[in-house]
Amino acid sequence: MPTASTANVLSRPVLSPGMLSSAVTLAAGSSLLGAVPDPALVPSIFRPESVPADSIHQLSLFVLAVTAGIFLVVFGLIAYATWRFRQRPGDDGREPAQIYGSNPVEAAWTIVPLIIVVVLSLATARVLHEVQNAPMPPSALEVEVVGHQWWWEIRYPKLGIVTANELHVPVSSPADRRPTYLDLRSADVIHSFWVPRLAGKTDLVPGRRNRLWIEPRRAGLFLGQCAEYCGTQHAKMLLRVIVHTPEDFERWVQSQRAAPGPVPDTVAPGRRVFEQTACVNCHALDGTIADGRFGPDLTHLMSRDTLGAGAAANSRDNLREWIRRPDRFKPGVLMPAMNLSDTQLDQLVDYLVTLR
Amino acid sequence: MKTVSAAIPRTPAAESAPVGKTWLEIVHSWVITVDHKKLGLMYILYGLLFFVVAGLEATLMRLQLAFPNNTFLSPQVFNQLFTLHGTTMVFLVGMPILFGFANYLVPLMIGARDLAFPRLNAFGFWLSAFGGFLLYFSLIGGMGMTGAGSAPDVGWFAYSPLTAKAFSRGHSTDYWILGILVGGFGSIATAANLVTTILCMRCRGMTLGRMPLLVWLNLVMCGMVLMVISPLTAAQIMLLLDRFLGAHFFDTQAGGSAVLWQHFFWIFGHPEVYVLILPGFAFASEIIPVFSRKAIFGYPVMVGATVAIAFVSFGVWAHHMFTVGMTAVGNTFFAISTMLVGVPTGIKIFNWIGTMWGGKIRLATPMLFCIAFLFQFLIAGLTGIMLAVVPFDWQLSDSYFVVAHFHFVLVGALLFTIFAAIYYWFPKATGRRLSETLGKWHFWVFLIGFHMTFDTMHLPGLLGMPRRIYTYEAGRGWDLWNLICTVGVAFQGVGVLIFVFNLLRSLFKGAPAGPDPWDAWTLEWATTSPPPEYNFAEPPVVRSRRPLWDLKHPTDPDWKYE
Repeated sequence: MPTASTANVLSRPVLSPGMLSSAVTLAAGSSLLGAVPDPALVPSIFRPESVPADSIHQLSLFVLAVTAGIFLVVFGLIAYATWRFRQRPGDDGREPAQIYGSNPVEAAWTIVPLIIVVVLSLATARVLHEVQNAPMPPSALEVEVVGHQWWWEIRYPKLGIVTANELHVPVSSPADRRPTYLDLRSADVIHSFWVPRLAGKTDLVPGRRNRLWIEPRRAGLFLGQCAEYCGTQHAKMLLRVIVHTPEDFERWVQSQRAAPGPVPDTVAPGRRVFEQTACVNCHALDGTIADGRFGPDLTHLMSRDTLGAGAAANSRDNLREWIRRPDRFKPGVLMPAMNLSDTQLDQLVDYLVTLR
Repeated sequence: MKTVSAAIPRTPAAESAPVGKTWLEIVHSWVITVDHKKLGLMYILYGLLFFVVAGLEATLMRLQLAFPNNTFLSPQVFNQLFTLHGTTMVFLVGMPILFGFANYLVPLMIGARDLAFPRLNAFGFWLSAFGGFLLYFSLIGGMGMTGAGSAPDVGWFAYSPLTAKAFSRGHSTDYWILGILVGGFGSIATAANLVTTILCMRCRGMTLGRMPLLVWLNLVMCGMVLMVISPLTAAQIMLLLDRFLGAHFFDTQAGGSAVLWQHFFWIFGHPEVYVLILPGFAFASEIIPVFSRKAIFGYPVMVGATVAIAFVSFGVWAHHMFTVGMTAVGNTFFAISTMLVGVPTGIKIFNWIGTMWGGKIRLATPMLFCIAFLFQFLIAGLTGIMLAVVPFDWQLSDSYFVVAHFHFVLVGALLFTIFAAIYYWFPKATGRRLSETLGKWHFWVFLIGFHMTFDTMHLPGLLGMPRRIYTYEAGRGWDLWNLICTVGVAFQGVGVLIFVFNLLRSLFKGAPAGPDPWDAWTLEWATTSPPPEYNFAEPPVVRSRRPLWDLKHPTDPDWKYE
């Protein structure tokens, strides 16, 4: 159980540098009801910012209108029948006229629903094909997303980038279409990729490759998380999609592709700690012997906003505590406590925070 | 000409009240009983007991979710709770209560003296009961490997490969498999028994077309049980083979298929929803006519719609799988088949309204629950249509919207009709009436709680909140709705307490009911309350769907018009 102080750390919304202003005040004033959420971070399906999410949104409004119409009619009938035909005080106690049925009436309330079903089926099929079978344009960015208990491995095979829990994509415009096509796979159990403002969800099923595409029309941060129960920490398998302007995206790509520089002497002891402990079994880090794939790639660890797939903000203090006892942030996490001495911990963290 | 001979028998007083039995003798008589009425009541009591248990599990989960980043429950315990809550409510609450009512009512309504196979009936009950106890024994006996936890935590749907040895160590998953497997055998036994009884033991004159709708719906329900439990049992045996003998049906690491489990599970799981809701329809189809004082509107259409729902429900299972990556053609097929279910279901709602139309509606407690059922089932059906629209489902699936949707089905529709049925038939089973005042308090308090919790629950789903998460971050717009959901649980809890108090108080102090307190029309009201062991002193003979109407209105009997 996290103590009160960690709980505080956990309740702080994880922030990206650009959104500090509004969200810090929000976290400070986080009252019983959570105060007023920053609307940009509410993952509402009714505020789409991407082409497939928008198609779904249009269809959902149509379906809502149809069902609302049905609701009003049938609810009205139930309410009217209950009110109009209730037994009144002073009733003579005689039985009402017995009516056993009526074929024309039955036919009417069979045929009308059938027509509604046909209309809804056609609307469904149209959007379904439009979204599911959309051909991939040559300008598309291809990304592999691999689900793990409980984090996201994100690989850009054509760009040679590997990262975790954050998907960086370019914004797309009708003039310059840059959709992102995701190749969804799983390393263990079933997960589901869901960023409501960008697209509907698609599962990551072990032994299968599923496809999902997004085409964001606005730069910004979009929140999502795993939507298929995948074990103990299903709740803390959060996902951040950062949509960049084309120039920003290019900068991000360059920074991720940059080879790690020479290790400054001041942090060399930390690197030795890293290479001599079990870290290397699970994590990969370019330029070291570490090439594990069980945990996230650490080459550009400090470029990411969160630790443990959104379990904590990625700060020096949290990183140190995470290595010491990861289950304080994320009970049940598969990363073990590393049992390092305080000196080793400080040295290791000194090294890790240089990985930008 | 004699129109009906469903005369009310004169039972000797000595037989209806056992005198001079010790407490132990009474318990013993219940344990060894093969009487359909006693077994029916035991099923219902067993279901109500687990209803309280699973309700408390839900309460704990709602407390955990009341606030963001809450640490009231650990993730392991939360996951065990939602697994037990779902499994319990479906297998240990819904099925037993519905089988209990079928057990109690079907022989009485068709003028039989018992089920076709009374001993098989007892066997089925005890198998189901032991299945449930086995599941709950996992809480104390399922430790397995150290630290692996005790109760199952794989969800009531137990998706592979989360259930594989690699991801589910210890024996908690095995308890889940075996508990449900054993209970499933009990369900098959009881369903076969009821089908046989309904087909072979109807009294003279009761053709299939004159059976009360409750009997028809239970016949269809039991037919479905016979077909759907088997795929689940098969899948569970395959899973046991995977876990213990190194088979690879669902073991994805060795080339097995995770999606195969989903197909098996939902071929069971979706018809299972109709197995649960058809008896709810059955209660409404008996209660709404009696309290509207009119014959059911469109009886043959109601029967046809029931059979149509059952038939179509076998072709809709993959609508639970729109996100696993089926082809567009597959998705379209299951979208259309799912929407088609809405047509016969709509016909039913319209026929119930047609029954009320032009009647003299008595707003007693059973009818209040039925009217609320109509309203809530309408909403459940409409959100169901939204979920059938595949692209919409890509957003809604596995979100809190789905949780709200099926709680409208299982609580808003099914539980409300079960409450209606208990208020309606309690006088028959005990000879005493439930208090109407307490019943109305129960209704209104529970109704408010239900709508606070489950209307609100749609919203976090639309705002992107997935199911089965033990906690969530603040600032996503989910906080307020989750808090209201949790507050609603308190109202529901108070409603249930009033209900339980009403049951216990009325059992001893309720007003005597007499054989026919509601002025009803089906055969169970032709015998004493409670009925003697043999039900009817002489086998009744019927000429219409409402034999007691004929008896009460000799100048205007139903059989002239049907």
